[in-house]
Amino acid sequence: MASVPVLDERPGTAPESARDRTPAARTARRRALLHWIGIHSLGIAAALFFVLPFVFLFLTSVMSDQQALTRDLTPNTWEWGNYARVFDTPGFLTWWKNTLLYAGLGTVLSLVSSLPVAYALAKFRFRGRQLSLMLVISMMMLPPQVIIIPMYLFWAKQLDLSGSLWPLIIPLAFGDAFSIFLLRQFLLTIPNEYLDAAKVDGCGEFRTLIKVVLPMARPGIAAVALFQFFYAWNDYFGPQIYASENPAAWTLSYGLESFKGAHHTDWNLTMAATVLVMAPVILVFFFAQKAFVEGVTLTGVKG
Amino acid sequence: MSTHAPTLRSKRRRSALRTAAFMSPWLIGFTVFFAYPLISTVYFSFMKYDGFNPPVWKGLGNWSYVFTDYPMFWPSLRNTLWLVVIMVACRVVFGLGVGMLITKIKTGTGIFRTLFYLPYLAPPVAATLAFVFLLNPGTGPVNTILGDLGLPTPGWFNDPAWSKPALTLLAVWGIGDLMVIFMAALLDVPKEQYEAAELDGASAWQRFRFVTLPNISPIVMFAVVTGVISAMQYYAQPLVAGKVASGIIGGSGQQFEPGYPDKSTLTLPQLVYNLGFQHFDYGSACVVALVLFVLAMAFTALLMRRRGGLIGAGD
Repeated sequence: MASVPVLDERPGTAPESARDRTPAARTARRRALLHWIGIHSLGIAAALFFVLPFVFLFLTSVMSDQQALTRDLTPNTWEWGNYARVFDTPGFLTWWKNTLLYAGLGTVLSLVSSLPVAYALAKFRFRGRQLSLMLVISMMMLPPQVIIIPMYLFWAKQLDLSGSLWPLIIPLAFGDAFSIFLLRQFLLTIPNEYLDAAKVDGCGEFRTLIKVVLPMARPGIAAVALFQFFYAWNDYFGPQIYASENPAAWTLSYGLESFKGAHHTDWNLTMAATVLVMAPVILVFFFAQKAFVEGVTLTGVKG
Repeated sequence: MSTHAPTLRSKRRRSALRTAAFMSPWLIGFTVFFAYPLISTVYFSFMKYDGFNPPVWKGLGNWSYVFTDYPMFWPSLRNTLWLVVIMVACRVVFGLGVGMLITKIKTGTGIFRTLFYLPYLAPPVAATLAFVFLLNPGTGPVNTILGDLGLPTPGWFNDPAWSKPALTLLAVWGIGDLMVIFMAALLDVPKEQYEAAELDGASAWQRFRFVTLPNISPIVMFAVVTGVISAMQYYAQPLVAGKVASGIIGGSGQQFEPGYPDKSTLTLPQLVYNLGFQHFDYGSACVVALVLFVLAMAFTALLMRRRGGLIGAGD
């Protein structure tokens, strides 16, 4: 007896399809469909805007020398050999090596030196903590050009290190402001109970950092490592100031521009080199997408 | 009491030492790579110094040279103002639009999100080189397509009136960072508020204006202020675009005066390079550096001012 009205009221069963046939429900469904089509058309239009530059860049990179000078959009013949020619360009492999050194060593040094600072700023209570944090943020926001004259004089005249990437790598061993800030934001999210438990077990602060915090902070550390790696990969101003006088110390981002200079009209080779500079960053992103997006969110949203 | 005091004091001292030990890398870094060069920059701004002869006191000479006689200073400030008003606005509006779009897309969300995000990852020099090619007035794909459609074909990076719009296009292409931030903020807006607004018969615009916008306004503020800060520091893109479009790329010998075409892509950081490393006028370079410093710090203060604020400086 009682089951009949209950069955009638249950949504999504037979009575629902009866209601579906009413004109009001049909217009609602049609509107939802139109809405879906509208949104996804917009999405496809936006996707074209974001992707087409990559497509044209790639298509040009496999054109023949003659065709790259024309207005053609697609290659007549696919000249994969362009990529081999880029690698054969004197210096190109050296730029790769230098970039990997700057990005790799820089990332390791800045992580090792920034983590204890970030931990102190996030979890210790001490006088001047707030001031230190504000100074870290100021350092992070400081345009590198503001202090470049004294820094250049310091590295070039006093330590005779210009013509190399060391003036860019060594400072990273003394805490990188951006890494400190990002790691601190991440460490704030680790509950104090875990740290207290470690201390009850007799761990000092350093052991707590290594044994408890380090494993828990792995996503944050991954995000910082990625950002630092990308920063070094993309840096143009630093190598321009310190390495420009010595082509053997150039990085990819700096060398790419001179590549264009040496291959004036060969847009196909320049675009192939450009693809080769972009590709590693995009590959790394695909393997570490989650850590990266987490980092972007951490910098943007309050901790 | 007397037995407790020493242990308490030694405990305090130990914790102060521990803090100092953990902070030490940064304390050295702060002194050597921030405080010292900053003070030094102020000092050199009053000196005549070329890096070879010993510095000589020059008073306000560098300052008056930069503000009255150096022909690149005011054009670069005007360009910066243009970038701050138009480029930042375009980036924020477009970033918010794409962020809203991605929250509405129900099919293939992951693919769309990745495609929208990718350009943000392109290294600046590579992306700039790509856009100089794409927007090449004669044979570039963009003008080829515009021409085929019978639309006007601007000179882009080779025309002073179009070089900043071209840079804006490049900046708007890379809004992946803003999209992610806005997306997170939009998903945090309480659903009940939209339902309540709908019951009250609010139109789509009213829902955006009175529900979405008030909820995400701190993030919009964050995007605007960080956008202004990076517009003031805009360096690699305008410099590389000018160099590549002009065809003058310094091997040895050739000197490129930044700002091509016709000073339209000059920004303050380029002046530091031009004065310091091309004209060896370190004093005047430091004056421009300090102008840049004051502007950057003023906006950073704005970021930190709200308590517990935009970038979480508070507890």
